[in-house]
Order: sequence, then C-alpha cells, then structure tokens
Amino acid sequence: MFGRDEKVSQVRLTAVQYIILVVFLILAYGLWRLQVVQSDFYANLAEKNRIRSVPILAPRGRILDREGRTIVDNYPSFTALLLRDSTRDISADADLIATGLHLDPKEVRERIRRFSGTAQFQPIYLKEDITPDELAFVESHRNELPELDTIMAHRRLYPRNGFMAHLIGYVGEVSEDMLNQPQWELYNPGDVVGKSGVELEYNQVLMGKNGSRQVVVNSRGKEVGQLEEKPAEPGKPLKLTIDIDLQIAAEQALAGHNGAIVAMDPRTGEILAMVSRPTFDPNAFAVRIKHTEWAKLVNDDDHPLLNKAIQAQLAPGSVFKIIMATAGLQEGIAQDMRVTCSGGASFYGRYFKCWVVAEHRVHGVVDVTKAIYQSCDVFFYTLAERLGIGRIAKYAMMFGLGQKTGIDLPQEVSGVMPSEEWKIRNFKQKWYAGETISVGIGQGAVAVTPIQLARAIGAITSGGNLHRPHVTRPTDLPKNVIPASAVGDEIRVPIDPKNWEIITNAMADVVNPMGTAPSAHLQGIDFAGKTGSAQTISNAMKAKLGAAGKSKFKDNGWFAGVEPRRNPEIVVCSLLEEGEHGYLAARTAAQVIKAYVEKQRRAPSKLAKNESQLEIGAMWSVPHDPEALHVGKFLLDVEKVRAPLATSALGLQ
Amino acid sequence: MSRYVSFRDFDWLLLLFVLLICGLGVMEIRSATTYTKFAGAHVKQIYWIMGGLAGMFLMSLLNYQVLLDRVHWFYIVAVASLMTVLIFGQKYLGARRWVKMPGGMHFQPSEWVKLILILAMAKYFADLHSKELSWSDFMKAGAMVGIPMLMVLAQPDLGTGLTYLPIAVMGLFLGGVRLKQMLVVTLVAGLLMPVAWLKVLKPYQRDRLTIFMHPDADTQGKGYQVNQSLIAVGSGGIWGSSEGSQTHLAFLPVPQTDFIFAAFAEEHGFVGALGVMLLYFIVLMRLTQNAQTAPDSAGTFVVTGVVAVLSFHILVNIGMVVGFMPVTGIPLPLMSYGGSSVLFMFLALGIVMNVRMRRFVN
Repeated sequence: MFGRDEKVSQVRLTAVQYIILVVFLILAYGLWRLQVVQSDFYANLAEKNRIRSVPILAPRGRILDREGRTIVDNYPSFTALLLRDSTRDISADADLIATGLHLDPKEVRERIRRFSGTAQFQPIYLKEDITPDELAFVESHRNELPELDTIMAHRRLYPRNGFMAHLIGYVGEVSEDMLNQPQWELYNPGDVVGKSGVELEYNQVLMGKNGSRQVVVNSRGKEVGQLEEKPAEPGKPLKLTIDIDLQIAAEQALAGHNGAIVAMDPRTGEILAMVSRPTFDPNAFAVRIKHTEWAKLVNDDDHPLLNKAIQAQLAPGSVFKIIMATAGLQEGIAQDMRVTCSGGASFYGRYFKCWVVAEHRVHGVVDVTKAIYQSCDVFFYTLAERLGIGRIAKYAMMFGLGQKTGIDLPQEVSGVMPSEEWKIRNFKQKWYAGETISVGIGQGAVAVTPIQLARAIGAITSGGNLHRPHVTRPTDLPKNVIPASAVGDEIRVPIDPKNWEIITNAMADVVNPMGTAPSAHLQGIDFAGKTGSAQTISNAMKAKLGAAGKSKFKDNGWFAGVEPRRNPEIVVCSLLEEGEHGYLAARTAAQVIKAYVEKQRRAPSKLAKNESQLEIGAMWSVPHDPEALHVGKFLLDVEKVRAPLATSALGLQ
Repeated sequence: MSRYVSFRDFDWLLLLFVLLICGLGVMEIRSATTYTKFAGAHVKQIYWIMGGLAGMFLMSLLNYQVLLDRVHWFYIVAVASLMTVLIFGQKYLGARRWVKMPGGMHFQPSEWVKLILILAMAKYFADLHSKELSWSDFMKAGAMVGIPMLMVLAQPDLGTGLTYLPIAVMGLFLGGVRLKQMLVVTLVAGLLMPVAWLKVLKPYQRDRLTIFMHPDADTQGKGYQVNQSLIAVGSGGIWGSSEGSQTHLAFLPVPQTDFIFAAFAEEHGFVGALGVMLLYFIVLMRLTQNAQTAPDSAGTFVVTGVVAVLSFHILVNIGMVVGFMPVTGIPLPLMSYGGSSVLFMFLALGIVMNVRMRRFVN
C-alpha cells in the first residue's frame, strides 16, 4: 500500500546521527570539565556551602552590689525572622505574621519583596526584641507558619528609670573608631562592649568569650546536623562597692533636682552610692537607640549623659572653707584669728560682701569655729589674704582638688585649683592678689568635682587620710584583671589633732541651730558637714541679665557631710545645680546619711544573726521571799524580723 | 500485503534501555526527595511510568497511518487546548501552564501538543512531492509549528515553546531544506534576536540569560540555581559523592525535576553521569535506526520528530547542568519527575513502536 520511496535523504539521516554524536561528545566534555578537571574547586565550594560557623553568644557578667544583690542582669531576647522556602509563597502569610508580631502587613510584604533577590539561606529579619506574647505567637504557629522562626541573644537588663545609669554605663556594638585604638585591637566588629561607666571600665571582666558551632545547614539555613562545638565562656560577675539600699536613698534624695550625690567610705575609698541627675535609660541603648532619642540626650542642656559626680567641674563655694580652715589652722594663723564681720570688707581696693548681708544681718566678731558654722565670708577673705594663694593651693592640692582622684571610672575630669603658676601657664598672666580673696570662699577659678570634694572632706575629717576612690574592691576582681592603677593608694596629710577637733566640731554645728543648715539636723546621729552655694555667673553679669538671669543662673547648692564627725564611716557630697542654698543640698545629703545609719543599726547583732533561739542567763528574786536569789537560763525564740531591704536594683526583681 | 502486525517486531531492546533510564530516574527521585516534602514522589513516578507503558502499547496498536490521516483534527484540538490554558489555566509560579482536571489532577497540554506537532510535520513533509523545498512550503511548515509555539511562549513557557522548534528544524532538514534557505532563516533570526530580547522575553528570562553569560555575577541571588547546580555536579567528582550533600541538604533547587541530572551526577560522579548519557545515546541511535527502516517517509518523519524532541531536551537539560546552556526549565525526559513529561515520552515511543512494527508490512 505504501511504497517505500527514497524521498528522505539517507545522507541527511546519517548526518543527524553524527550531529547527535557531536552534541553528546560536547556534553560529555562539559561533564568531564566539571567533574574531573575542576572537581576540587567545586568540592571546596560545596563544603563552604553546607558548613557554617554559628556563633554562640556569651552572656555578659552580671553587675552586683557589695552584698551580692543584682544590679544589672541579662535577659534572653528574641528576634523574629523568616526562613525562606522556595516552594511556599510567604507573602501570602504576611497578614497573619503582621498581626501576630504587631507589624504593618504592608511593611512585612515590602521586606519580603526587598529580600527576594538575596540568597535563600539568608533569613529576613522581621523584628528585634519581641515581646513574650509575640514569641508565643511564633511558637504556636510552628505548623501553620513553618518559615517563621526566632533566634536568641542575651541583652542587658538595666535598672528602671535610669537608676544608677551613669555609674553602670551601657553597652553597644564596638565602633569603627574604637577598633582602631590599641586597647580594642583584639575585638571584632559586631562585638558588644561597654561604652561608658563600669561597663566600659571593667569590660574585660564582664565580657565573655563567644563560642561557636560548626553546623551543617541546608539551603534555607536550617540546621540539619552539627560537627563540633566550642562553648561560650560567659562573662564574670562584677561586684561593686555600691550598696543598693544607699543608692536607692541617694536616688530618692536627688529626685526632682539636677546634680549629683557621692557617698564614700573615707576609711577605704569605697564608693557606696553615686547618683547624677538628670539621668537616661540605658535599656534604650541595649537594643538599638533611635537616632532622635540619641540626639535628644546629647543636645540636652542638662547633659543627662554626663556623670556629674566625676564630670561636673564647678566652683565649690563655701565647702572650700573647710580646706581654708585646715590650711589656716595648720599654718598656725587661724587659731587666734578674730574678724569682725560687718557684712563685708575691702581688700586691695575692692569691697567684698559677706553672704549674710542679703539677710540684713552681720556676723559680728567671728572666730574660726563660728566662721565655719556660720560660713562667714569676711573671715575667710581675711584668712585667704593672710595665707596667700600659694599656701591655699598647696593645701587644696594636698587634699586632691584640681586633680583626678583616680577613681576606676572612665572620663573623670580634673577640675581646677588656681595658683600663680597655673595662671602663668594657662593665661600667660600674673596672678592678681584680689583673685586670692575670691578663692578664699571657693569662688573664682576654683572648680571641683563632687568626688574630689567628698574625698577631701572625708580626708580632713579622718585626720588626713586620703584614699583613692573606687567602685570595685581589687580582691573581688578576677586575678588576671589588673585595675588601671593600684586601688587603695593612701596619702597621708597629717592634721594636728587639736585642729582636727576644732574643724570637726564646727562642722557638727553646721547642722545645729546656730549653723547654716539646721534643717538638715539628724536626731541621734553624729552628723557633721559644710554647706556651700556657688555662683554660676558673676554678680555683675547677673545684674546685667536682670530678672531673667536671676531665675536662670541660680547658685549651685553644695554640701559635704560625714558621720560620725571624726573618723567617719561615710562621707556624702551632694551637689544641687541651681539649688540656690547649701542647706537644701545638706538635706539631701542628710537623707543618705540617715539611710546609712539606720541600715547599720538595723543590721542584726552577731548573736542573733545565725540563731533562731537566744540563750539568756538571769538572776532574780521573788516578792514573798526577798532573801532567796534565783538563777536560771532561758531559751528565747528570736523572731527573725529582717528589715525589708532591697534584694536587687529596681526593675530587676 | 499482509496486515499482520506482531509484537515480535516490537522494539524490546529499545524498551529495555528506556526502562533502564526510567529506573535510574526513579532511584534518583527517591534519593533527592527523601527528606523533603516531596518524599514519596518516586512512587508516583512509577505509577506514571506504568501508565505510560500502557499508553505506549495502546498507541502501538493503532496504525500510525490512521493517526496521520486525522492529524488536522488533532492539530485543531491542540491549538484549542492551548487557548484554553491561556484563558482558564492555573497560575502557578507566575505562569499559566496547567489546566485543573477533575480529581485534583493537573494537566499540561503543551506536552502532548508536541506529539501532535510531530505527527503534523510528518504528514506535511511526507505529502510533499518535490525533493527541494519551496519558500512557500518552508513558510507553511514554519507556521504550523510557529502558531502553537507562540501560544506556549505567551503562557509564558519559554522552555516548552522552544522544544517545538527542533520538530520543525528536523522536518525541514530531512524534508529537503536548501542551504540558501537555512542561511536566510539564520540571518533573519539573528537580526530578530535584539527585538526578542527587549520585547518578547520576560525580565526573569532575561535574567536567566544574563546569568548564563556571567555566572559569577550574582551567586546568591539570581545566579543561585545555576551555581548550586554547578557546585553539585562538580563536587561529585569522578566516582560521586556518597553524601550527596548539595542535593540532600536542599542547596540544589528542585532536584527531582529540571535538575535531576545534576543530582544524579553529584551522587554517582562522572562515571555514573557518563553511563546515563551513554544510555540516552543508545536510545537515540536505536530510534534513528528505526527511522531508517520505517516503511515509508511519513514513518521516518514521525520517528525523527521524536528523535529531534528527545535530543533537544537532552542537549538543553544536560547542557544547562554542565553550564553550557541557560536555565530554561526543560526537564530531562524519562528521568525527571512529572506525569506530563513521562506520558509524552511513552506515547511518543508508542508511535515509534507503531512505525517499527509496520516496517515489513509492505
């Protein structure tokens, strides 16, 4: 039926066979090239493809107070992310995901779209630091939303409301600038390090060492196996000398004011409390601070990021008179000095007023004791004139003013203690004798930090022992950590015991009815101190500015106080910016002193500390037989009434 | 003039090699999908193959001459079904290629349109009586393939659309195309390339070609597929990688379909991959031999049409896997997972058997 014709060219059919052969040879060559010639190259790539090093983040060490109570802790923070799956349209789930994570569905879709060009194994990060209910949403939707996952990181949990924020500092990702400095050389980009305060100073202690895991992953970044694991070394806890109870008292005392409070044990230099106001919330830095928030903190006129306890350099005002009195007494000038205060006096052709004229009073005849508790300016003008700037500067420098105290906190400032050499060196000008008079009452060029003042007053009331302030005991630090300089450096500046008594007794009278701060008196507590109020601008300037200037540039209030008056256990320096009067600062300091003493008194006696029963021996007689004397031993049940002291810093319970 | 048709003349040897390839495919599908949500795909593949075998035997019983006589009807149905897909098709991964069938099945008509085109071409060229092709014959043949091809390209499915081309090319080549005609067409196609690049290709298709030209440009993004495929094949080495890491760890995208050869090459190495290619070569040679011994020119054209489609698939798919060809989404016949593809191959083989069994009829 069908004739076999020769229409189809046999030549061409054979050609087809040869073409197929050539195609196969080319393909075989391609295979050979890949699998034989470049096999090692691709095997290497395959290895890189599937083995990934996943860091195990080391948690930072906790920060504890002197009694081991937690101040700074870590909390596990979860970040929600999407693992992509080429076979699932994740945009379709965007609405559900957005609802669960409280995000805008449009934003979620936009993110998915934006990441669509990147490798499948790179997850799409959706939200950092998700809340527990968002985490619960992720966990409960494992089946419906297999692409939704979380990763965990330890984040810093700081106390609430900026409690102790300046001392603690905060952490952040190590910056490019820092990495270029020698001490940060060994750190890697992305490391979270301390950026200020104790977090920065003791970063070496607190920071752990990240571990890593070699994991086998599939193309979506999902782990399918593990090869080896190098565990993380968590950071070590850091014990501070701070007492949370005292810190709370100090924070409360300064509430509503700008300024600083430092409480120190002058016997050792241990800082017990340190507050600066206004404050900031370091928790805002723990995740990622918003640019606007950061700008607000930096540009604030009240400098919330500044630790005023060690970074505010201000005229000490009348608190300086304690140093003046010490110098005067030690030089043998002040003992018998009597000055009549008529509201002011002229020196070097210029009239200097005493603060008392503002109250339409005069001090009358004043000796050194009255000069201290009444803070008579005229007395100290006269004393300054007699001492001369050289001797004033010598004593002030001996007690640590105008120089860094060496506290183990970053960015301490030195303040200024003027002298003839200082003026020539910095201004190329001769010292004018008139300037000495202002320095005599802590004005003029004198600028101190609260920590310097606390240390100086603590030293004078202790009979002349200066300790380097510190926030950690060297014995509490790990062995390999060497503090910036040896803590506990002691400087001895001997003060004649007679002079010591005069000064400390006069300081105790400051908070008595005849003193400048009677309202800060603490019943039953041997509280002594010195008030000060320092002008922030000159009187002439104030007059020029008129009413507006008066309200804006109010005097700073100062107070440095101790308990007990001699060989004190605690010294507190309080600075109230624009606090006007020293007695207001005295009241804040008194609150801290009171909290300290009350805590000491509430502390259980040694006997009752460890026992629930108390053994008491007694002797007695009974009325009907007065001759017989009874002797007995009683076991008393001791009720453990422990004071409700803080168990950790605010917000960390 | 005996009408006697016997299964003694059935090409059992060809079937043996075809089933060998299918068996390797099933093995590889099983291995590549074990830990994925496609696990168990190899069982479905076996069902498809069994269905395909049944279809093949049925097809071989029909006289291909009868089919050829009715090919114009088939052609009309083919064009109509492509039209249906364009209008009612299921959109999946951005393209309308599937029609939903009752019972949860999906059907891709573009596959069996291939079969009809093979028959149509065979009929067309067998009915031509001159040894030399005229320009009008050339254009008619071109239009017959070109119309369905454009419809498939509009789905858009560049890969399948291109598989229609070798049917026309093979038909023209054996049908007596002249050298001058080949040159002119090549020249025109060359001139149209830039236009096609800008107007016809979708952005993702352009990306695929760009990546093909510069595979290292974007290894994690758009070049990911190609690079993972190259890594999989390359890391297989001479004897294969026992762990089959790229495939098993899901770095290799869709290893059970378009990239099955890459998965196989990784697991079984150069030796194994070359073995598979040898099997394909034997199948193709056996087919061309059948073409030569066909009872008439129509039979020859039918078998060579199948050869053209099969070789083109192999060229493009393995070429893609070894990095010689851009990614087009063309499966490797007989090995890749997929019902439409398996059914097409077995029906095509059924027609080949049909031709072979009638070789002594005259």
